[in-house]
Amino acid sequence: MFDNVWLIPLFPLIGFLINGLFGKAIKEEKVIGGIGALMVFCSFVVASMTLFKMISLPGHERVHNVTLFTWIKSGTFQADIAFLIDPLSCVMLMVVTGVGFLIHVYSIGYMHGEEGFYRFFAYLNLFTFSMLLLVMGNNLLLMFVGWEGVGLCSYLLIGYYFHKKSAGDAGKKAFVMNRVGDFGFLLGLFTLYWYMGSKHGIWTIQFTELAKHAELYPVGGVVTALTLFFFLGATGKSAQIPLYTWLPDAMEGPTPVSALIHAATMVTAGVYMIGRMNFLFIKAPETMMVVAIIGAATALFAATIGTAQNDIKRVLAYSTVSQLGYMFLAMGVGAFAAGIFHLMTHAFFKACLFLGSGAVIHSMHHALHHAHSHDDPQDMRNMGGLKSKMPMTFLTFLLATIAIAGIPGFAGFFSKDEILWQAFANPHHGTLNFALWGCGAIAAGLTAFYMFRLVFMTFFGDCRINPKCKDHLHESPMVIVFPLIVLAFLSVVGGYIGMPKIIGELLGGIPNYFEHFLAPVFEFSEEYVKSQAHATAHHSLVLEWGLMGVSVVIALVGISIAFVLYIASPSLPAKFTAAFPALHRAVYNKWYIDELYDFLFVNPCKALGNFLWKGFDVVVVDGIVDGVGKSVLGISAALKNLQSGYVHNYALSMALGVVVIIAFYLFR
Amino acid sequence: METIAMPAINFAAIMPETILSVIAMALLLINVFVPSEQKAYLGYLSLIGIVVTFFTVIGGWGTPQEGFNGSVMQDNFALFFKGIFLVSAALSILISDQYMKREECNHGELYPLILLATCGMMLMASGTDLMTIFLGLELLSVSLYVLAGFQRDSLKSNEAGLKYFLLGAFSTGFLLYGMALIYGATGTTRIAAIASYVAQNSLAGSNLMLLIGMVLMAVGFSFKIAAAPFHMWTPDVYEGAPTPMTAFMSVGPKAAGFAAFVRVFVIALPTLRADWADLLWVLAVLTMTVGNITALYQKNIKRMLAYSSIAHAGYVLVGFVAGNAVGTAGIMFYMLSYAFMNIGAFAIIVLVGKKGEPNNNVEDYAGFGFKHPLLAVCMSIFLFSLAGIPPAAGFIGKFYLFSGAIQAGYIWLAIIGVLNSAASVYYYLRVMVFMYMKDPVEEFDWLKVSPAIALCLIIAVAGVLIPGIVPGYLLELAQKAVLL
Amino acid sequence: MVSLHSYLILSAILFSIGTIGVLTRRNAIVIFMCVELMLNAVNLTFVAFSRYLGNVDGQIFVFFVMTVAACEAAVGLALMIAFFKNKESIDVEDVNLLKW
Repeated sequence: MFDNVWLIPLFPLIGFLINGLFGKAIKEEKVIGGIGALMVFCSFVVASMTLFKMISLPGHERVHNVTLFTWIKSGTFQADIAFLIDPLSCVMLMVVTGVGFLIHVYSIGYMHGEEGFYRFFAYLNLFTFSMLLLVMGNNLLLMFVGWEGVGLCSYLLIGYYFHKKSAGDAGKKAFVMNRVGDFGFLLGLFTLYWYMGSKHGIWTIQFTELAKHAELYPVGGVVTALTLFFFLGATGKSAQIPLYTWLPDAMEGPTPVSALIHAATMVTAGVYMIGRMNFLFIKAPETMMVVAIIGAATALFAATIGTAQNDIKRVLAYSTVSQLGYMFLAMGVGAFAAGIFHLMTHAFFKACLFLGSGAVIHSMHHALHHAHSHDDPQDMRNMGGLKSKMPMTFLTFLLATIAIAGIPGFAGFFSKDEILWQAFANPHHGTLNFALWGCGAIAAGLTAFYMFRLVFMTFFGDCRINPKCKDHLHESPMVIVFPLIVLAFLSVVGGYIGMPKIIGELLGGIPNYFEHFLAPVFEFSEEYVKSQAHATAHHSLVLEWGLMGVSVVIALVGISIAFVLYIASPSLPAKFTAAFPALHRAVYNKWYIDELYDFLFVNPCKALGNFLWKGFDVVVVDGIVDGVGKSVLGISAALKNLQSGYVHNYALSMALGVVVIIAFYLFR
Repeated sequence: METIAMPAINFAAIMPETILSVIAMALLLINVFVPSEQKAYLGYLSLIGIVVTFFTVIGGWGTPQEGFNGSVMQDNFALFFKGIFLVSAALSILISDQYMKREECNHGELYPLILLATCGMMLMASGTDLMTIFLGLELLSVSLYVLAGFQRDSLKSNEAGLKYFLLGAFSTGFLLYGMALIYGATGTTRIAAIASYVAQNSLAGSNLMLLIGMVLMAVGFSFKIAAAPFHMWTPDVYEGAPTPMTAFMSVGPKAAGFAAFVRVFVIALPTLRADWADLLWVLAVLTMTVGNITALYQKNIKRMLAYSSIAHAGYVLVGFVAGNAVGTAGIMFYMLSYAFMNIGAFAIIVLVGKKGEPNNNVEDYAGFGFKHPLLAVCMSIFLFSLAGIPPAAGFIGKFYLFSGAIQAGYIWLAIIGVLNSAASVYYYLRVMVFMYMKDPVEEFDWLKVSPAIALCLIIAVAGVLIPGIVPGYLLELAQKAVLL
Repeated sequence: MVSLHSYLILSAILFSIGTIGVLTRRNAIVIFMCVELMLNAVNLTFVAFSRYLGNVDGQIFVFFVMTVAACEAAVGLALMIAFFKNKESIDVEDVNLLKW
């Protein structure tokens, strides 16, 4: 059926090998970039074919396990190299290969002339390969390999400009924080494997097998524990409270990396993982509540920080954290399909935004470079009025901004609104629902505000750039603009495949294609929720329309405030800052969370480390280790001397061996 | 008229041996007509022979053939080992030509000798009669004596050959005496018949002649696999022999020794298991420890790898002691991956060496990683695998050997094995430290990679990495080949 | 009538003499002769057993051992000649370039 899906991860792997091994020798940028992009495009083609085949199948036949071969086998433990092809992985495949391809194309233009061009493409292909493994793997271990692989690539790419200290530090920070999360993932894996094996005799880590036995999981108890472990893993990878601080720092990497890894794909791995294991999470109401609260809190919290940043990429980074919060909120309220839907639309518009900001930075950088100015090309205070200089970039950026702000008719509206409605109307969290919805709605307003603030500061108003540079600002080449156009187009129309039911009915019975498509994956959870009789809640259509209206109004208010502050009377923000200095400082400094972590974890760890190093390690451990090492080396030197080089000594050793062994058997 | 009954000859059972020996003889004749600078063609011909033989080995898989009245038996166990021998012979031949040309020693006899040695190994693996095993072992040994001393003009090579010969002949005496005593105790040399005789007359444990026969045979085989205290010849011979032959000798004969060792002890003497398991336990610990500890101090890299190969024999003995399916499959898996990683490492040594190999010390690899990054990466992969670090095949092999021991209840043996393996990391990584963390002293400009060596390296890297990352398939093969 | 035991003891003694010879002699050829003595002690054991058991296998084995011993002698002497050409000695005390 899906026999050729192994080609999908194979292509990027080939690209990685070619560029990694021979890239330095090839030198020609067009060839290197061409190979990198072509390989991902090939994957995209195969993925599309897979998707079409999948759509042609009836709903109940849409889950397939494609086993290539046995990978590890030891006693009861078995892990195969096997791919899980179902609607969920199909959606992810399309996002990863489709958006990935566009970003590869973009990178050819963006990275032009950079040192280590081949290295960049090799990493990017390796990343795509790992991400595909993560998405397609049919067991937890294979997923974990992909999970670690994307983490590694993220680390390598954040630190791409490794001669810059801040880039190296950011890479390390991302790696360490991810490791904290991975620890949770592994604990979850072990607990699940051990529990199912020892309790039910089902020794498996394969998703299809685990899903088959979904009825066996008890509600709460051990399932709560293990889902919390998995969620810890997700918070690390997907930058949620408390492990989100690495993502803004990760902006040290080249912009295409931010778009691909830190917006569209890798950071959504946590959401995907929860979706993949929805049958477990649905059985753990406490975990669901934690997921929902963390998601809503992150959405709101990151949005507040986003309002006060001046670095264009940092605003987008906090926006990403905030949007990921929405996805987790959706997962936490049991709206799995809505969460995945938002994942997809977010991939479109956020990739577009990042790439657009990259185009701006690129242009700024060149202009500033020309004038030998040392101004920061990423600081929005140096921008302004770019609308006329870079019209295509502006247009696509604006469309994506409208999409993320949640204006009706654009992709972000459909997905975000579905999440907010589900947060309000879900049967899981009782009175908490209102708070969840409230957080989400306020965050939506903040999102609209900071995104339009960004647009206004960057593209409207007077040009604040060093006057000498003005004439050097110009539109980017086609290879950069083309991906922007495609992504902007998708941000506009991408939402229509998943329209909420009430709007669809209004438009003449258009179903929510996306939800229907994903239904087989979440079937068990849906059934389970329905079977909990007390949980069914009915809400009127009026309420749903009303809430939708409220969120649109909130978004419009956010936009208006941005307009007032940054277009109508640009002096106001300064007055505002002067009026509430403490608040502004706190928000501007990201609520001092980094400092808090430094105080709570990093410094004590450093102190402990220092003590262990200088006090314990150097004196005690090194003493013992060196002692052992030296004595072993001493023995080595002595034994070496037995090897005298004389044949008769060797023969004597053999003869003695024989005599001793025979004596042992004679006299035992 | 009286008819003469033909004995039950079944050529299918010795097909690979037949092909190889015919080709070896033919090559000896052809050699006369090949001018000395074109001896490489003999190498190509022998490679073709090996490939053909390899196909007969694959073709024979799953259909056991018994021949010559039960004195050979080509079962999956034998076939798996034959695969290992052929791989190691082919890889060694690939690295031979460049080396022999450099050392001005490219005599055509090299290739037939390698083929004959391989033939001997195959007989050892499929022999089910003490006589066949003895003949295989001698065919192997006599060829190897010559190969070790192949560089007639080099004193080191002479010395290696002479030492190997004297000690090898000495150990043959013990092996034969053991066989004679077993023959005396049981009245037969067929290993299956030995087993049934011992079982029927319940000789186990009480019959001194049988016991001493067993010990002496163990000594003979231990010499071949270089287990302590019968290992003393190894470092000297490995150091002195031409490097490609060292590579060959460190893998094939060792695997053949294990094949015969396992077959004789598991099939013929299962009732004495309690007795020989104790002996092998001690030998395993001694071998691992002596090999690893002595390797720590070595400066010459060939010598270091010789000690390392002693240590590896110790790890494999651990799997042998375990005696269960996991351990035995581990032996086969390990020997195969050892073929790739060890010959790969020797290929790099061949490349780095100058004429006469004055630069075979670990220090001479200083900065190699900067001058030839790709070769250094290959070397690192081999060393990682030898040290047993994932994802290389060496790790998986070791994992199965030790987990076999744990399953069989030899917890302490596994612990000692793991400790040893940890100690071994020191001397493998020392090479990498020199390659990557020291400034280059030499330019390494004499270094040229011939296509044959490149092919060898590619195969070896693939053979180390692929089973390391996806061991499932190979392990399944090994499990199907277990003799239980 | 000489009993089996006598043969076995004789061959064990011969084997031991051979072994001790290998350990104590310094001339490579003499060492090799001592190895031959060991092999012939084994041959004696084989033949004695064969006669005692009324089974020809042992005698066949002896033929093989003799053949192999001849091959070994040929190769061994060749190796010694090669060594002698370079070093002008076959004293194993001089075979000492490779050590430690």
